[in-house]
Formats: sequence, structure tokens, C-alpha cells
Amino acid sequence: MADRLFSRTAALAAVTILVLLAGVAAFLVSEGLPALTASASELPEGKSFVDYAAPLAFGTVLAATLAALVAVPLAVAAALFITHVAPPRIALTLGYLVDLLAAIPSIVYGLWGIFVLGPRMVPAMKWLETKLGFLPFFDGPASVTGRTMLVAGLVLAVMILPIVSAVAREAFAQSPRRLQEGAQALGATRWETIRMTVLPFGRSSVISGAMLGLGRALGETMAVTIILSVSGAVTFNLIGQANPSTIAANIALDFPESSGLAINALIATGLVLFAITLVTNMGARAIISRQERV
Amino acid sequence: MESSVQTLGHGEPSRLLASGLGWRRRAVNVVMTTLIAAAFVLAMIPLFSLVFEVAKRGIPGLSLEFFTEDARGVVGGGGASHAIMGTLIITAVASVISIPIGIMAAIYLNEYGTGRLRRALTFFVDVMTGIPSIVAGLFAYALFEIFFGPGIRLGVTGSVALSLLMIPIVIRSAEEVLKIVPDHLREASYALGTPKWKTITKIVLPTAFAGLVTGVMIAIARIVGETAPLLVTTGVVDSMNTDPFDGRMQNLAVYAYNEYRSPGVMKQAAYDKAWAAALTLIAIVMILNVAARLVYRRYKTEIR
Repeated sequence: MADRLFSRTAALAAVTILVLLAGVAAFLVSEGLPALTASASELPEGKSFVDYAAPLAFGTVLAATLAALVAVPLAVAAALFITHVAPPRIALTLGYLVDLLAAIPSIVYGLWGIFVLGPRMVPAMKWLETKLGFLPFFDGPASVTGRTMLVAGLVLAVMILPIVSAVAREAFAQSPRRLQEGAQALGATRWETIRMTVLPFGRSSVISGAMLGLGRALGETMAVTIILSVSGAVTFNLIGQANPSTIAANIALDFPESSGLAINALIATGLVLFAITLVTNMGARAIISRQERV
Repeated sequence: MESSVQTLGHGEPSRLLASGLGWRRRAVNVVMTTLIAAAFVLAMIPLFSLVFEVAKRGIPGLSLEFFTEDARGVVGGGGASHAIMGTLIITAVASVISIPIGIMAAIYLNEYGTGRLRRALTFFVDVMTGIPSIVAGLFAYALFEIFFGPGIRLGVTGSVALSLLMIPIVIRSAEEVLKIVPDHLREASYALGTPKWKTITKIVLPTAFAGLVTGVMIAIARIVGETAPLLVTTGVVDSMNTDPFDGRMQNLAVYAYNEYRSPGVMKQAAYDKAWAAALTLIAIVMILNVAARLVYRRYKTEIR
């Protein structure tokens, strides 16, 4: 009897997870729906929902892609350093340091980005404008405040680095010793050993880690909210004053002062964000679980 | 790339064993090893810069007043006691919701669950860890709006949002710990005729206790600094509120954001307080992380 009660309670708790996830989707749909069906004139900025959400979705994907492009190589290198280059005695401590990056609240990253990193990036962005201005990314005119997509992307990169690195580290640490020893016995250098045994072994983990990081960057709110100076522009220019906002940052900026249908519109963009991150994360998890079954 | 592992065994040894180490291979090795080390150092610069800057800029804003006064009716001055209290209450309520659900779900997954349902649940727990924090906030708001009407702002709404983020973290860590409790302990217990639920509560959970506490503390550390979900659920207020079921409630993260965003006339004083709040948050997170490790080292059950 007590046995049944206990197992039922445990099962109930587990099923709560499914109910919660379904609840998230259901409540976002029910509260977002009025905005999806409303006419353009009733919505904020007098635009249809698609016109309202598209630039935000663009900004979200741009910021997250930039972050992933910067973070993934660094994270992979950091993971390699910890597992295969640094002396084993200090490897654990180094890993702990990387993990600390994940423990820092996003609001602190935001303040750091706008007060510390942003101002220091101003000369660098000026340089990018003059030297690489022919690329659409560095079209300029370079911002003098540092509140640009480039700085936001860099801060996001720092924030997702520990996630990508943790997944990569786990895979690299598990790469078969006998292959590494075999390579070394054949005279391979350290880099050749890594390139021929460790990297191929960890490749799918790195891909899924990158997707997990991308998912985190897509939904990250406060750092972007604080750093980016937004105008709703749709542009690939990473160093200018006018930047597209992201879905999450737009909600954080507008939600506290909104009411009525504007709230519904914001919740509907939240639903879009939920869908984007869900697809990204499910993809990443599918890769990981396929690997575990092999 | 794919084929290189195999060719190591069959095809290519001749190139590797080529007379000695060519200068080119040696140079590539040195360059790549240096790059890897440099990348690690580069990745660490933000951490040190961040901790240094937060300490440097946060300390001027710390004062007795910061911890004992709220900001009601004061221009530019005042403290953050209401925000600290709010953070404690909101986090505590979120923990009360998340810890039982999280640990029971982990028990189900590890001790009872089988087959397809178990796999699906594990998958969805993973998916849940990826929910953006702002979406969790919107969910909690939408849930409470249905019952209490538009514009609702309550401390407990924020707790519900944080629970959504905390539950999967608790499940993941609890599952890891339960997994390493050796099966022979369970089997010995069954052999004595102990029912399953008693085996779990009297044998498995006590064995895993230190790990469970550690996991919970790390989960709390992960949510205590969340800003976005609270920004849309708990509202902004200048005075102390200790009732999560009545009215707006301030918290440290949103406090830091607001001091930065609307600094008012005394700009520097407001920025100082934003940094002081950031420093307080980092201190809480670090203390929780270190304490979690100490608890684990001090109380973990030796498993042979």
C-alpha cells in the first residue's frame, strides 16, 4: 500500500514535467493568439504581427550565430587544453574555472559588457571600419558608445563558452586512450594525435555542444537588453549605432510598460522564440542520444 | 578526417615514421599547441576582468545602509534590503516548489521508470533545460493572468517562473547521484524483505544525501541571479514586501537592472548601487558553489 503510494507520487512528479512543458506551449499559444489574429492597426507600431516579429527574429538569429561562431572554436580549444595539453594535476582546477563562467548571473555580464567591454571595443571597431569596411559586417559608421551587435555577440559568446566547452571536454576526455597511444607509438606529435584521434572522436559532441550553446544564446535576455542600442533596423552591420533588437531583449524592454494587445504581441514573439530554441535543443539532444546508443 | 582513425591502423604509418621529425611537423605541433593554450587564456580573460571590475566598482556602493534600508521615498539614496529580502523569499518559494518535484521525478526516472516513457521523460527534461528564461517568465505571467487578470505582479509568480528553470537542474543532478548508489545496497535491502519504498527512503536517499544537497545548492545558485523572468513577473517596487502572495516584490537582479536603466538625477550613486547589487549576487552565487563542494567533500558516503 505504502509502496503503491510512493511509486505513484514519484510517477506523478515525473509526469509533472510533461504537463509543465505542455503548459508552457498551451499558455503561450492562448495568450499569444489574440495578437496573431488582430489586424495591423491594433498592434504596436501599427504593423502586422509578421512584420513586427520578423526583424526581431532576424536580430535573435544574428546575435546567436555571431556568439556561436566566436565561442565554439575557443570552447573547443579550451576543452583540448584542459584534457590534452595542460598538466593533469591542474586540469581539474582549470575546468572548474571555465565552469565558473556559467555561474555568473546574466545581469552581471550585461553591466560588464556596457561599462567595461563596450568602451574598450570602440577603437577596435573604428579599426574594423577603416580596414575591413568593404565587408557588409563592418560597414560603419562605427559606434562611439560600444552598444553594438558585435559587443553583444562577444558577451553572449563568453556566456555560452562554458556550455560548449563542457560538452566538448566530456567527449575529449573519453576519447580512447589506445588510439592516442597508438598514434604516439607511430611517432605522431601531440597535435597530430589530437587531430587524428581526439577530434574525430569528439566531432559529433562538439556539434551538439555548439547547438546547445546556440540555443542558450538565442534565449539570452539581459546581456543583450543592456548592451544593444536598438532601432529595429534589419542590417548585417555589426559595429553601427542602429541594430536590430532580439526577441528576448524586446520583451524585457517593452513588457514592463505594456498593456492590452501589446502584451499579447510580446507573448506571441515569446512563442516564436520558444519554438526556435526548442527545435535547436531537440536537434542537439537527438545527436547526443544517438551517439550514446552506439 | 573520418578516415584518419582507421588509416592509423592500416595505411599511413610510413608517413608518420618518416625519418625523424621533419621541421615542418614540429613547427605545426608547436604552433597548434601554442594556439590551444592561447585560446584558453583568451577565454579566461573575461572571467578575471569581470570578477575584478565587479569587485572594484561594487565595493564603493556597499554600506550598512545598502543592507538595512529600502529605497522608499528617497531620491538617489536608500538601500537594497527590500531587494535582498525579495531575492531570498522568491528563491526560497521556488526551491520549495522545485526540490520535491525534482527529486521525486529523479527517483522515478532512476528507480521506477522503464522503456519508452523513461526515455521520453529524460529527453523532455533535457529539452526543459533549454527553455529560455524569459519564456519561463512569460509562461508564469500568462498562467497567473488567467486567474488574476491582466497586469498581475506577485512574488510567487516569479517563483513559479524560476521553478520551471530549476526543476530540470535538480532532476539532472539528483539522477546523476542516484545512479552511482551501488545496486548491491538495494539488493541487500530487498533480500531482507524491505519493501521498495522503504529501500529508497532508508537506504538509497541517505547514501546519496550529500550529493543531493550539493545538487540542490548548485541549482539554487543557478537561479538566484535570474533577471529576465522576474522582470516580467514580480514588478518593480521601492519598499519592503515580505508576502509573496500580495503585491509587487523587488529582487537584487532586477534592482541592479533598474538602477542602471533609470538612474535618476544622481547617476553615479545609482550606478554604484547597481554594481553593489551585482557584487552581492556574485558573492551569493560563489558562496553557494563553494559551500556545495565543501558539503560534498565533508559528508559524502564512501562507496566501495
